[in-house]
Amino acid sequence: MAEVAQGNNLGTNPGTNLGTNQGGSVAVRKKWGRGFDIKKQSGFTTIAMICFVMLYAPILTLVVYSFNAGTSVAIWAGFSWRWYESAWANQQVYDASIRSLTIATFAAVVSTIVATMAALATTRTKPFPGLTFIYAFINQPLMVPEIVTGIALLIFFAAIKVATGYTGLGYLLIAHTAFCIPFAYLPIRARLENMDLSLERAAADLYATPFKTFRYVTLPLLWPGVLAGGMLAFVISLDDVVITELVKSGGQDTLPTYMLGQLRRIVTPEMNAISSVFLAISIVMVTIFFLLNRKKT
Amino acid sequence: MSAAVAVEAKNVSKIFGTAGAEVRALDNVSVTIRQNEFFTLLGPSGCGKTTLLRLIAGFEMPSEGSILLEGDEVAHLPPYKRHVNTVFQSYALFPHMTVAQNIAFGLEMLGKPKAEVQQTVAAMLKLVRMEELKDRRTSQISGGQQQRVALARALAPRPKVLLLDEPLSALDLKLRKEMQIELKRMQMETGITFIFVTHDQEEALTMSDRIAVMSKGKILQIGSPTEIYEHPTVRFVADFIGETNFIEAEVTQRIGGDGQIKLPSGVTISHPVAENVGVGAVVTLAIRPERIDLVRPGAEAHLNGKISNVVYFGTDTTFHVEIDGANKHVTARVQNRRGHQEVLKAGDAVGLRVAPDAMQILKD
Repeated sequence: MAEVAQGNNLGTNPGTNLGTNQGGSVAVRKKWGRGFDIKKQSGFTTIAMICFVMLYAPILTLVVYSFNAGTSVAIWAGFSWRWYESAWANQQVYDASIRSLTIATFAAVVSTIVATMAALATTRTKPFPGLTFIYAFINQPLMVPEIVTGIALLIFFAAIKVATGYTGLGYLLIAHTAFCIPFAYLPIRARLENMDLSLERAAADLYATPFKTFRYVTLPLLWPGVLAGGMLAFVISLDDVVITELVKSGGQDTLPTYMLGQLRRIVTPEMNAISSVFLAISIVMVTIFFLLNRKKT
Repeated sequence: MSAAVAVEAKNVSKIFGTAGAEVRALDNVSVTIRQNEFFTLLGPSGCGKTTLLRLIAGFEMPSEGSILLEGDEVAHLPPYKRHVNTVFQSYALFPHMTVAQNIAFGLEMLGKPKAEVQQTVAAMLKLVRMEELKDRRTSQISGGQQQRVALARALAPRPKVLLLDEPLSALDLKLRKEMQIELKRMQMETGITFIFVTHDQEEALTMSDRIAVMSKGKILQIGSPTEIYEHPTVRFVADFIGETNFIEAEVTQRIGGDGQIKLPSGVTISHPVAENVGVGAVVTLAIRPERIDLVRPGAEAHLNGKISNVVYFGTDTTFHVEIDGANKHVTARVQNRRGHQEVLKAGDAVGLRVAPDAMQILKD
């Protein structure tokens, strides 16, 4: 627009135009020169707002109705804590929660240890043939559709169940640990890759054996990554429905599978209440993860 | 100076990469570094100087050859088993430790008693003048201070040899000059052998007892700063360190170890030449610009020419002279102790006189 206006100017007043034209190109450069800025595009704010509403309006509704005094999840009948109280008193919810936390804690701890070792092996060794393959192999659970993994585990574990007769929590623990590994692995690996290699070299130079180098230099610097990885693994395990649903034996409901089961019957705001608490825990965990990851190397 | 040997590299080669795409970072290098010496490895980037340092530190293993530390073979020992410490180019201070903890690290890894660790750390803090900042995190101190901490950390375990990998390159000019003097002081105070890697010729000349000039994986010349500067043996050394004029001249006659060398002006000088240089051979003479005097054209001049350019530098003036009989520029630098150079201007005919010992015949 500005250029067109100046074009007209050129005809009428060529004498002063040289100056204004230069001024015009500076203005144009101000708009486009420093790279494309998406925030300046028309409709950006509207689209962004719609996205946020789509994301958070359902969650907000869920949380609001968890405080409903009535039995409907759609008709507001005043504020009340009753569904939180009823969820708290529900033995099945209690059992499922404890089971969920047990599995998530176990899976987070074990997968983080395994992921740390895997991250060290894929970043702190001389590149070896097949490294890319191993990298893909570790991250397999991220690529393979969860339902496929779930069904594969179902069939595989069924064979073991027949052979051994064991029907305990072990299957869930193993399955969760396995699919949590890549989630723990990624932040740990990222931190290792960002770490200045000369720090470990300096430790070795100052008479630290490889173990002492790991203990006094690598691990302390890696620690935020390890915690973040563990946290992420914990949330992922806590959240899982598909694989758990397929792998669990009778009476081994976790909180998500219990909730799914309840939804098939009558839906009361108790579900909202459980979901809200669940949401709160996840938010806390993700926030901690975010803060840990933000900490500089 | 003690003649005892600190480090000896014998026929060391280092090949990076796999067959087909090999890079010879070091090519059959042998060097002996004496105890208490400030020894500098000087060369452009990629010449192999850092590789040699890393081989001595133990971060790399040589492909061929051996490395002796005070007479013991160490080529295949890991870094933590060598009594050698490094000051890294990036300093590599541990960010999760304080200044004092960084300095104590090596001593603690060696399992020294607590009292001794504290005592040494205190002494090191004093040596590098960092006592007041001992409890700071390494991220809370300046680049120059980080440099001092890195030095103190590497010196604390009293290594047999201290390796310094371009430690001053990240500092600004003023700080760099200060640290050059500091480094030399610390080397003299501690009596530890320093092996210093740099691409900065001035740094090398001002601090070193001896310099090894490297290029393309080979050591070209080893000598004191004066030897390296005044008597370069090969063209690369003459060219890399300071400014040099190269003049081609013909050997017309040999009398014993001396050759009669005919300069482009027709003037013949007598100069010792190597045995394999025969009559008729063309040799290259290296002449430093500040060793050339401007004289009247004629009898006392070694070379005659015409001034093409005069550049005034305050302390001295540089004359670019087009040499008669050779399509060549020669640079002469004259100190402005008197005022008479002002008289000479571009276009004037001039004679160049060179002190006999300032003409250096190069091997190639």
